[in-house]
Amino acid sequence: MSPHSPADAPAIELKGISKAFGPVQANKDISMRVMPGTIHGIIGENGAGKSTLMSILYGFYKADAGEVFISGKKTEIPDSQAAIRAGIGMVFQHFKLVQNFTVLENVILGAEDGGLLRPSLAKARGVLKQLAAEYELSVDPDTQVQHLSVGHQQRVEILKALYREADILILDEPTGVLTPAEADHLFRILDNLRAEGKTIILITHKLREIMEITDTVSVMRRGEMTATVKTAETSPEQLAELMVGRKVLLRVDKTPAKPGAKVLEVENLRLVDDKGVERLRGIDLEVRAGEILGIAGVAGNGQSELLEVLGGYATATGTVRVNGAAMPLSGPGSDGQSRRACGIAHVPEDRQHEGLIMPYTAWENTAFGYHRDPALQKGLLMDNAAIRADAAAKMDRFDVRPPDPTLAARNFSGGNQQKIVLAREIERNPDILLVGQPTRGVDIGAIEFIHQQIVRLRDAGKAILLVSVELDEIFSLSDRIAVMFDGRIMGVRDPAETDQTELGLLMAGITEKPDRPLIDAVDAKLDAKEAREAGHG
Amino acid sequence: MDRMPNWADAVLVPLISLLLAAILSAGVILAIGESPVDAFSLMVEGALMRSAGWGYTLYYATNFIFTGLAVSVAFHARLFNIGGEGQAMLGGLGVALVCLYIPWPHWSLAIVAGAVGAALFGALWALVPAYLQAKRGSHIVITTIMFNFIAAALLNYVLVNLLRPVGAMDPATARFPDAVHLPTFQDMFSTAATPLFRGAPANVSFFLALLACGLVWLLIWRTRLGYEIRAFGHSDSAARYAGISPVRITVVTMLISGGLAGMMAVNTTMGEAERLVMNATEGAGFIGIAVALMGRNHPIGVLLAAILFGFLYQGGAELALWTNIPRELIVVIQALVILFTGALDNMVRMPLERAFLAGRKRRA
Repeated sequence: MSPHSPADAPAIELKGISKAFGPVQANKDISMRVMPGTIHGIIGENGAGKSTLMSILYGFYKADAGEVFISGKKTEIPDSQAAIRAGIGMVFQHFKLVQNFTVLENVILGAEDGGLLRPSLAKARGVLKQLAAEYELSVDPDTQVQHLSVGHQQRVEILKALYREADILILDEPTGVLTPAEADHLFRILDNLRAEGKTIILITHKLREIMEITDTVSVMRRGEMTATVKTAETSPEQLAELMVGRKVLLRVDKTPAKPGAKVLEVENLRLVDDKGVERLRGIDLEVRAGEILGIAGVAGNGQSELLEVLGGYATATGTVRVNGAAMPLSGPGSDGQSRRACGIAHVPEDRQHEGLIMPYTAWENTAFGYHRDPALQKGLLMDNAAIRADAAAKMDRFDVRPPDPTLAARNFSGGNQQKIVLAREIERNPDILLVGQPTRGVDIGAIEFIHQQIVRLRDAGKAILLVSVELDEIFSLSDRIAVMFDGRIMGVRDPAETDQTELGLLMAGITEKPDRPLIDAVDAKLDAKEAREAGHG
Repeated sequence: MDRMPNWADAVLVPLISLLLAAILSAGVILAIGESPVDAFSLMVEGALMRSAGWGYTLYYATNFIFTGLAVSVAFHARLFNIGGEGQAMLGGLGVALVCLYIPWPHWSLAIVAGAVGAALFGALWALVPAYLQAKRGSHIVITTIMFNFIAAALLNYVLVNLLRPVGAMDPATARFPDAVHLPTFQDMFSTAATPLFRGAPANVSFFLALLACGLVWLLIWRTRLGYEIRAFGHSDSAARYAGISPVRITVVTMLISGGLAGMMAVNTTMGEAERLVMNATEGAGFIGIAVALMGRNHPIGVLLAAILFGFLYQGGAELALWTNIPRELIVVIQALVILFTGALDNMVRMPLERAFLAGRKRRA
């Protein structure tokens, strides 16, 4: 074979790709080779430039410099149509599906063969059937997308790409919204695709996934590609170090909990959202002083609503007792101010839209939520000097960088923003700390620090309710684990006596051994949930 | 960081926008066969070179300060109060009732009561749209616009049927008693030897407007309420998280906004006309939107922008008086200023920002 024959040319080769957004260099001189028939992982922290790179490959952005070769041939990709013609398919983190179209209609959308739909639909039906058999990619072609579970919707996205005859598939953080069982199934699909000679690029921030499925992995840091290694020849520790640029501790050091009195008791908590869908369907739980109760579950199973009710900005029915005293769940006394007065502090899931006012300075943010504290007032005015001094001290203790209280919150990195929120809530010395997704979008270096602070608060005898979609985080922090699915607690487990598999099944709503193949049981549960939420259950 | 310095944002951008508007206006004046240089010097001459001109410019500016502040305060809570016009009309009613039905011994007491009456009526007129927005989600832009029409109709009814003196032909109240006459600039600053501000309507209300600027600044940047208003304006989800009630903030902010708009009536009704007439507001409620946009919702910016628009108003009146340039063209020029400083803001800002960043990179 000649050296330029397609067979041994890389499926994708990038040479010297650079892209700047204003003063920010998102990609700096990136070169990468992906061999055909392999799964290539790209790993890096938020803002490392992974998504920008893939957007260039898919024609969303134009690179400032550099070349793209597809199967050895130099290719210009000015738009996504060109990318599709070059055989590239993309599965976005946020799906691009028309909710009230059927699967079939979504698949042919933009790839119709003519003015009339019927022939295209018939053809697509045949192709889907074949793909389903080939890759374990079965989805009912006549169901409306809004009635499908998230995992099934993702399959539709993959089918869309395959229907357009993609040879190269890019998946952007594909497991973020999946249950572990669904993620396993996705990996089997990817395995099958690889076996058929497809090339797959997997973008993720989860080290475990990289180790599990990829052949090679490229690490990005601050817009540069710092290393490309064979997965078999590396370790999670080494990858973490490459991502962050220094050694990091992946496990949390903590002593066994010494649980005390019941601080937070929740009974039969129910919440119906404004669309009339019941999001919390009778939650019972308790958190004791000096323990961390971790709530595991896939996003969208009622965890956010649980935090909102406890934090005082969603109304519900049922009973919530703090230190034995019942709290109003609607009407006067159920707002965030009353909750704070009862000793509940809350690090919300979405720090950019809830925890912080992004245009406010860091010092203004350190008072947010506690700004009515009389200690922060001077007569009719706010005592800004006192707030500023207090902010500087907090930022110092929580190692916020840069330590400049006059900088707007949006100018801090995700990890430092989270430290500002954490400092504000923890330093109020609350009885209960609600923490949602404490390390989402936070760089690995800061994760370590944030976890230490949460454990430190537990050791000070406080009750902590932790919600996270990252099972690793749940495992390493929690003293007890409650699993939520579809607005209910499916079970509470001791982390020492359970494993990812058991929790994974609970996260899909399966409490006992099913009498049929596992993935089918999971699918059935998830589809039922989706249908209930769409109002057809 | 990745932004241009504040002074450039606050000063350079509006100045360049203004320059562009001026150039385009000059083109329009050229197109109808008049000389832009002559026109401009006439405007400056008439509005700024004589004390009487200033007397008119500052009189208009007083109105625009109040309505501009009204729009600014609401905008800090991301509420677009288009109802300044109607709120100011109702403010006029408040002033008239205070002046006509309570015997005042001295103007200094009357102006305080008049301001309170105006603010009260203006605030009440903003209350309904605020409540509908907060509780029912009815968009405040729509409801405040509708309330402008209702205000005009209501005022018409009240003037014609209730307050018009017996036998009078025009829809206006009786003249206010002499005791509530507010000192004009002429009263205050003229001496026998040097008459100043002769015949100009500017009056002591201008200082009330300056006071309002200071109070709004304190409110927005130094009080707890201002902190909550701004927080709510930036992110209502974060405000909910912090336990800030959206209903309360919406209603309170709109009350303050409506009150400020209403207080404009102290200037027009008490200070100038000395009776309540139809259409006393003359569109100042709408100019307030432009003033707030141009003034970046900051009291100092509002003050400067209000003076600029006062100049445009007075200069425009001079043009209409002394040249063949029709009055409508003045409206065109004002519209161009609004267009460039408000709507097309980014057209100037983005190239300027790029230029700044490029300059910084070169230096680095």
